[in-house]
Amino acid sequence: MSVADITLASQPEVKGRSLWADARHRFLRNKAAVSSLVIFCIIVIACFGAPYFGLRAPDDINWELESWGPPNLELGYWLGTDGNNRDLFVRLLYGGQVSLLVGFTATMVSLVIGVIWGATAGFLGGRVDGFMMRIVDILYSIPFIFFVIMLTVVFGRHITLIYIAIGAVSWLDMARIVRGQTISIRRREFIEAAEASGVSRWRIITRHIIPNCLGPVVVYVTLTVPNVILIESFISFLGMGVQEPDSSWGTLVSEAAVVMEIAPWAIIGTGSMLAITLLSLNFIGDGLRDALDPRDR
Amino acid sequence: MSPAPLLSVQDLKVHFDVTRKRLFGGTPAIVKAVDGVTFDLKPGETLGLVGESGCGKSTLGRAVLRLLPATAGRVVWLGEDLHSLDHAEMQQKRRDMQIIFQDPLASLNPRMTVGQIIAEPLSVFNPDLSGTEVKNRVRQMMAKVGLLPNQINRYPHEFSGGQAQRIGIARAMINNPRMIVCDEPVSALDVSIQAQIVNLLMDLQHEMGMSLIFISHNLSVVRHISHRVMVLYLGKVMEIADRDSIYANPLHPYTQALNSAVPIPDPDLERQKDRIVLKGDLPSPLNPPSGCPFRTRCPRATEICAQIMPDLLPAGPTHHVACHHAGPRER
Repeated sequence: MSVADITLASQPEVKGRSLWADARHRFLRNKAAVSSLVIFCIIVIACFGAPYFGLRAPDDINWELESWGPPNLELGYWLGTDGNNRDLFVRLLYGGQVSLLVGFTATMVSLVIGVIWGATAGFLGGRVDGFMMRIVDILYSIPFIFFVIMLTVVFGRHITLIYIAIGAVSWLDMARIVRGQTISIRRREFIEAAEASGVSRWRIITRHIIPNCLGPVVVYVTLTVPNVILIESFISFLGMGVQEPDSSWGTLVSEAAVVMEIAPWAIIGTGSMLAITLLSLNFIGDGLRDALDPRDR
Repeated sequence: MSPAPLLSVQDLKVHFDVTRKRLFGGTPAIVKAVDGVTFDLKPGETLGLVGESGCGKSTLGRAVLRLLPATAGRVVWLGEDLHSLDHAEMQQKRRDMQIIFQDPLASLNPRMTVGQIIAEPLSVFNPDLSGTEVKNRVRQMMAKVGLLPNQINRYPHEFSGGQAQRIGIARAMINNPRMIVCDEPVSALDVSIQAQIVNLLMDLQHEMGMSLIFISHNLSVVRHISHRVMVLYLGKVMEIADRDSIYANPLHPYTQALNSAVPIPDPDLERQKDRIVLKGDLPSPLNPPSGCPFRTRCPRATEICAQIMPDLLPAGPTHHVACHHAGPRER
């Protein structure tokens, strides 16, 4: 070993900067995305931390006040009362738990099933691909609201049904996106290099294909969450979702919409909470897209 | 008696069905990318594979490794036909055969560190190896191919083309394979880097003793590295011979034309050079000429060339040529 070799060997390892680290750097420079992320975190903490902030219970009825009363800052009713004299703001926070939870679980379901399904179909190709994607097409062709109505008719109204129904439908888009990505990655040379090295198919999918198609997937996830929240709101708005005394943003908006001529503050408060959440998620998605794929800007 | 061949390719054919599928039939179309290629590869030998773009060089290299299915023929590796093995048996054989690609950066997974990339073939075949042992072997290999071992945690996009190709070479060599297919490993690189990479390959071959199939359209590079050279045209072997005899005494008119196109690094000689300029383009592989595929551009073509494809016949102890009118170039 020469002197040069010894000095080289003793040098500390250089830390590489991964594409993810680059993306994080770009994301943190995007002001709109970062402030949206902060706002979104505040909303999440407020909703799930509501039981610990010493607020009223969401089913606490104050008989002294009128129903759909205006905001009353002295008593701490920031958004006034709802039709049953309960604190609308507290109900909004508790409703957020349901809406956000539906959003995240359904998105997780779509992420896991969609990514595995799409990557497998795209990588194996041929008949397997055709068969798997026809299943997706068939599920796609079932009208969603009709599907939910059938479920509620058969099993009765229950919030778990909403999770199942939304989860069962939302992975279809994800599977298509991942399949498209996989097909474009499959022909790249580093996949061929892995095949030539004797790497198993499953390992090629998990180590080479999935990490390389995560960029669009991450972006799509941030767009799926608001979408699912909207779907849940829609179902609850139609009266098939969350049941009293529980609430979700959909039911609250729906109730407030009926009385918006006599109590406009109710619809403004509930509606803007929903809108702010959805907008911030969309901004986060935009920021991620720009950060992960700077060429598209 | 020469040593037993490591690899014996016998009448290998790789055809692609490119028929445009329509509702009612459609005209059948088949590209014969590799059409009846036969050659042997001895241990420790370098076989240069030359020809124009689209003549089937890369397809042949991939079919030898069974990265593409063969339509007909055999690829015999140490007595076993690779294309008749099942998937699991083939995976085992891959320990001894590797490939280096043309585009160095595209052949490296952008989400993995250099260490993970180089270690992958190693850990596939040695799953019990401890993390530190793998890391040590990777660092040794990196030093061997001229990379700084302390860069083990870097990502491919942080390297230049030449360095990326060194990573590709390190990945190919880590399992100490017996054969490496080099698919135009230097044609995407700067000229000064090309020489470094070719010399690195030769040094490593000298040290580790593997065989190389070196695919290139750069005749000078092939001359530098190869022991034997095979000339392909539209999927068929035109001429195969020892390096010296094919450069000094090419017998096939196509080889002669290729040879005359090699630039000479001396302007005076270059100007005097008597260059054979081939007419026309490479014919469409969808609709190759009858008989000898080269006849449409061949200065010596006669009637028989349009009718019968010449066999690859011996023209010397180590020299085979497929031409009805084979012979030295007339001055």
